[in-house]
Amino acid sequence: MSGGKVDPLHQFQIQELVPLHFGDLNLSFTNSSLFMVITVLAASLFLYVATSSRALIPGRLQSTAELSYEFVSNMLRDGAGTAGMRFFPFVFSIFMFVLVANLFGMVPYFFTVTSHIIVTFALAILVIGTVVIYGFWKNGLSFLNIFVPSGVPVALLPLVSLIELVSFLSRPVSLSVRLFANMLAGHITLKVFAGFVGMLGAMGAIGIGGAVLPLLMTVALTGLEFLVAFLQAYVFAVLTCMYINDAVHPGGH
Amino acid sequence: MFFVTPAYAEESSAHSEGGDAASQTHTETGVPHEAGHEGGFPPFNSEYYGSQILWLALTFGVFYLIISRVVAPRIGSILEDRQDRIARDLDEASRMKSEADDAIAAYEKELAAAKANAGEIAAQAREKAQAEADAERAASEAELSKKIAAAESRIAEITQSALAEVGVIAEETAASIVEELIGTKATKAEIASAVKGAGK
Repeated sequence: MSGGKVDPLHQFQIQELVPLHFGDLNLSFTNSSLFMVITVLAASLFLYVATSSRALIPGRLQSTAELSYEFVSNMLRDGAGTAGMRFFPFVFSIFMFVLVANLFGMVPYFFTVTSHIIVTFALAILVIGTVVIYGFWKNGLSFLNIFVPSGVPVALLPLVSLIELVSFLSRPVSLSVRLFANMLAGHITLKVFAGFVGMLGAMGAIGIGGAVLPLLMTVALTGLEFLVAFLQAYVFAVLTCMYINDAVHPGGH
Repeated sequence: MFFVTPAYAEESSAHSEGGDAASQTHTETGVPHEAGHEGGFPPFNSEYYGSQILWLALTFGVFYLIISRVVAPRIGSILEDRQDRIARDLDEASRMKSEADDAIAAYEKELAAAKANAGEIAAQAREKAQAEADAERAASEAELSKKIAAAESRIAEITQSALAEVGVIAEETAASIVEELIGTKATKAEIASAVKGAGK
């Protein structure tokens, strides 16, 4: 018992479970890797089992799976039109992966995969990379039209194009930092408030009375964090849809 | 500051000296740190970047394959089947409705035809009865008028003969009256003209 303390950052610590070192390269199977595997397993199993009966009238599980499917499907159709629907499996995978990873992060002692910038950044680069490669492959050089908004005076065009370029380049950063920072900050806040409960509770009767406030705060924050977990997965998927729209319709800015 | 609950006991070890980011955060959250963190603020610890990217690529790649090969087609086909089924059922319902409408129309047409038929039959029966009655009446009227004519002719005959007899009786009576009164017989011709003259 003694010697411990509340360290809100400990939950983000990576631990090697199966060390795999190749020279300087550390490719160990860590707790982060474990929760990636758990996330993928849980999401796949859920979607697979829920739809295995292929019922005409869906049960609760199948209804949930269909709901998530149609949610992402509508999101993509609204964001990128019918031409964007070829990216449906991609957007659906991203949404489900981020959502399930975020929700697993809400379980005490579980590792939050999306609280690490490198993970969210890799996902963002995957999105932007897909957009850029598909954009050039589909539209050739006219993909660059996304930097040339229509109806802008020629004199302003260089400036506007520069702004568009900067905004395009900052997309992977904003996309990844938004998700990472939300998850990180939320979990730190939760841990700090929960830590207050423990600290005050150890102070005797007055402390236990005082611990009620941070306890209420922790409960409220837990609810908020569930909202954030869903919301950030949604935001990530919606922005993915909008970026895909650029690749599919580079003129329609 | 070192109040401890069992839940946080696990966090005591495995920390070494942290970087700027770590101490910054710790100061902000009001929690003192002991030996610090390996490589600083864990999310910015580049030691595990390679591992995280590799495992993310592996797990997300597998997940993408599962979604694109199994889950998405399956849910898509479930939804499509349902859509088809609903459309088919709606078609069936509208077909049945039009059938029912046809049946109602046919029934009403037949009803109208039957009504018209019944009216016709009634009219025919009425006409026939009328004709029969007319014929009977005409027959009986004809018979009656024949009888009347016969009776009239007989009456006329009787009147004729009666009238003729009246003259003879009058002549005889006159002759006998004349004979009684004057004692002579008047001639038949004289008496006849006298009777005739008196009759006027």
